[in-house]
Amino acid sequence: MNESYETVASFAQTWGLVYFVVLFAGVVAYALWPRNAKRFDDAAQIPLRED
Amino acid sequence: MEEGFFAAFLVVIAFACLIIAGKTYDQVMAFHTAIGSLAAAAGAFIIFRNYFEDRVPAPQEIGGKPNYNLGPIKFGAWAAVFWGVAGFTVGLIIALQLAYPVLNFDLPWTSFGRLRPLHTSAVIFAFGGNVLIATSFYVVQRTSRARMPGSIAPWFVILGYNLFIVIAGTGYLLGATQSKEYAEPEWYADLWLTIVWVAYLLVFLGTLWKRKEPHIYVANWFYLAFIITIAMLHIINNLTVPVSVFGTKSYILWAGVQDAMVQWWYGHNAVGFFLTAGFLAIMYYFVPKRAERPVYSYRLSIVHFWALIFLYIWAGPHHLHYTALPQWASTLGATFSIILWMPSWGGMINGLMTLSGAWDKLRTDPVLRMMVVSIAFYGMSTFEGPLMSLRSVNSLSHYTDWTIGHVHSGALGWVGYISFGALYCLIPWLWNKKEVYSLKLVNWHFWISTIGIVLYICAMWVSGIMQGLMWRAYDAMGFLEYSFIETVEAMHPFYVIRALGGALFVAGSLIMAYNLWMTVRHGEAEEAEALPAGAMAPAE
Repeated sequence: MNESYETVASFAQTWGLVYFVVLFAGVVAYALWPRNAKRFDDAAQIPLRED
Repeated sequence: MEEGFFAAFLVVIAFACLIIAGKTYDQVMAFHTAIGSLAAAAGAFIIFRNYFEDRVPAPQEIGGKPNYNLGPIKFGAWAAVFWGVAGFTVGLIIALQLAYPVLNFDLPWTSFGRLRPLHTSAVIFAFGGNVLIATSFYVVQRTSRARMPGSIAPWFVILGYNLFIVIAGTGYLLGATQSKEYAEPEWYADLWLTIVWVAYLLVFLGTLWKRKEPHIYVANWFYLAFIITIAMLHIINNLTVPVSVFGTKSYILWAGVQDAMVQWWYGHNAVGFFLTAGFLAIMYYFVPKRAERPVYSYRLSIVHFWALIFLYIWAGPHHLHYTALPQWASTLGATFSIILWMPSWGGMINGLMTLSGAWDKLRTDPVLRMMVVSIAFYGMSTFEGPLMSLRSVNSLSHYTDWTIGHVHSGALGWVGYISFGALYCLIPWLWNKKEVYSLKLVNWHFWISTIGIVLYICAMWVSGIMQGLMWRAYDAMGFLEYSFIETVEAMHPFYVIRALGGALFVAGSLIMAYNLWMTVRHGEAEEAEALPAGAMAPAE
C-alpha cells in the first residue's frame, strides 16, 4: 500500500471528525438523558450534605 | 502488611542511596543520595517504632461517622503555604534581576538561569502540587464518606512528594537539570516522583473504592483525570537514559523535533491537567461549599469534564509554530486550542452561575470573592490563550513578554486565587474553627494581590507587544530597525512595574500566611454541635 502524507491526513480529517462528533453526542446524551436527572440532582448535593 | 512493605522498601532505598553516595563521582549526586538515604532511614525508623509500640490503627468510623484521615492534609496545606511564599519570593527576585541584572551577583547559584526553574517549579509543583494533594485527599474522603485506605501510604505520598520538591529545587541551584521546561528534574528525581505518584493514585482510587456515596462527585473525576494524565505525561516526557547510575546526567530517548513535540505535549498538558483540571476540581467542591448552594448545572459539569479531557490533549503543538514541526501538526494544535473555548467557558459559566441568587455574598465574604475573581481570570486567560495559539497572532506574541503576561494572568489570577480561597476554607475546617482568624485581612490580601496582578499583566502586555513590534520593524532599506539590546532597554520601565506587582503579590501571600497561622492558634472553635450529643453537657 502506498501510504503518503495525504492518506494519513485524510484519514485523520474524516475519522477524527466522526470520532469527536460521536463522542460529544454520547456525552451530551448521557448528561441530558431524562432518567439520569434525579441521580445528577442528587449528586450535586453531595458536598452540601454534612455528616 | 502495608507497614512491612513500606519498611522493606524504605530500607532498600536507604541502602541503595548509601551505596551510590559512596561510589559517585558527582557532588550533586552525593548530596542528593545522602538526603534520600537519611529520609528513607527516618521513614523506616518511624514505621518500626510504631510497630514495636503496638500502635492501634485508627478506626474507620467513630460513632457511625467516617473518621477522616486529616493528618497528611494538614501537612500538605502548610507545605503549600510555605512553598507558596517561597516560590512567589523567588519570582520577585528574578523579576528584579531582569530589571537590575547586577542582582545576579555573578555567582552560578544565584544566576537567573538557575533561579527561574526554581521559581516555576516552586509555584507550580510545590505550591500548586501541595494544594492539589491536600484538597484532593480532603474532597475525596468527604464526598465518598470514607476514610483514606492505609496508614502509611497517605503520609508516604505527601512526604515523598515534598522530598521530590527538595531534591528538584536544590538540584537546580547546584546545576543538575535536564533542560526541559517544567520537567527540569533529573532522572533519579523523576523515578522517585513516579513511585510517589503511583502511591497517590492508589490511595485516591482506594478511597473511591471504599465510598459510601453511590455517585462519584464531579470534583473527583477532575482530580482523577489530573492524577492519571500527569502520570502518563511525566513518564513519556522523562524517558531518559542516565550516563551512569552514579551521576546526575541523562539523555532523553526522543530526538530532534519529536523531542520538542513530546516536550510541549507534556508542557501544554501540564497546564491542561495540572493547572486546569486539578484546580477545576477545587472549584467544583469549594465554591458550592462556600456559597452553600449546589453547582449551577451538574449536567453541564459532566459535559465540561469529558469535553475538556478529550480536547486538551491535542493542543500542545501550538507551542511550536514556525519551527521544524510539520505545518499540519501546528494547525491541529491551533484548531483544538480554539475548540477549547467551549469547555473552558462552559466551566467558567458553571462556576460563576453557582452564585446565582447569592451574589450578595460577594459583598460580605472576601473568600468567596477571591474564588469568583479566580474563575473570572480563568475565563479571561482561556480566552486569550486560544487567540495566541493562532499562527498570525503567535508570530507577534511568541518569545515575547506577552506570553509571560498570559501565563501569569492564569497562574496568579486563576490558580493562585482558587488556591488561596481553598486554603482559607480548608485550614479552618481542618482545625475545627468557625472561620478564618480575620476576614478583614483576607480583604486586604485580596485587594493588595489584585492590584499586584493588574500591574503585572498590564506591564507584560505592553512590554510584550512593544517587544514583538520592535523585533519585526524594518526601515526603508529593508534592514531591521532595532538591535536586540534596544528592545531590552525599552522594556526596562515595564520590568520595574512588573517587579512592583510581584512585590504586592508576595505581600498578599504573607498576610495570608499570618492570617492562617492565627486561625490555627487563636481562631474561634466550631460550635459544639459537631460533637456527639452529651459530650458537652453543661455542668449545672
